[in-house]
Amino acid sequence: MTFRVHVRVMPRDGLLDPQGQAVEHALTALGFEEAGAVRIGRAIELAVAAGSRDEAEAKARQMCDKLLANPVTEDYLLEVEED
Amino acid sequence: MTRVAVVRFPGSNCDFDTLRAAERHGAEAYFVWHRDVDLRRADIVILPGGFSYGDYLRSGAIARFSPVMQAVKQHAAGGGPVLGICNGFQILCEAHLLPGALMRNAGLTFVSKPVDVTVERIDTVFTSDYETDSRLRLPVAHGEGRFVAAPDTLRMLESEGRVVLRYVAATERSPFQPNPNGSANHIAGICNAGGNIVGIMPHPERAADRLLGLTGGSGFFTSLVAWHQESTMGVQSR
Repeated sequence: MTFRVHVRVMPRDGLLDPQGQAVEHALTALGFEEAGAVRIGRAIELAVAAGSRDEAEAKARQMCDKLLANPVTEDYLLEVEED
Repeated sequence: MTRVAVVRFPGSNCDFDTLRAAERHGAEAYFVWHRDVDLRRADIVILPGGFSYGDYLRSGAIARFSPVMQAVKQHAAGGGPVLGICNGFQILCEAHLLPGALMRNAGLTFVSKPVDVTVERIDTVFTSDYETDSRLRLPVAHGEGRFVAAPDTLRMLESEGRVVLRYVAATERSPFQPNPNGSANHIAGICNAGGNIVGIMPHPERAADRLLGLTGGSGFFTSLVAWHQESTMGVQSR
């Protein structure tokens, strides 16, 4: 079976996110004063061949730990869906 | 002669400067391609600056998995000296040969200018020709040079004296702003516990020739040549 995996990688809370700050300023300048706490990360999508949803998630987790996210600076969230 | 392997990745762009600086200071320097698995009896390995693999995903993240990195890890595990300059420093962090990570500059812009640093560690292969706390003016050129590490890692680096270079505040003699990137504790370079792996953001190879204006980086190259001469003293030369 093939599973579609959505990975959301975000800068760890507490770490300075200058991109997020710059975008927040821009939103404020555009008049969106209600916007705050902007953080910018990245989204990665991939297909994973696996026998089960759990196996696909375990594999994707290994990929995140080894490459897709930097454990020093980033946290990630996984979503797995059947293709 | 001191054999210096300069590793080239697709996107390395300080490779020739580094090779030339090593040669000018008396080393026998040569290129090693990222697909090579043999460092050809290197005494010293340098990972030069640039944008390996286009900085895709994160700077240094993909270079870490190049075949040559296995050889670099082996060389380092045996106590062999490794210097990572700029992108080379990023690769060493991604490869977990050095702790921490290098993130987007706090000011968001790519910073290319001379900065002032102090040399805090002079017992490494790459800094032995400097005096403690000597101040150097070296160029930086990076978009992702903000060193970050977990609080306990930072404390460890400080208490074990593993900060090799630190950005220093502007003085009358130095019109440049300190800390060009928002780096934790103004850190510009660190080493591993053994002191044989060093990663720095500034570019000594761009400041090692009178023709280029700055010469403060020469010490990195005279140090590594002197280290090799000392380490082979008494041993028949190859």
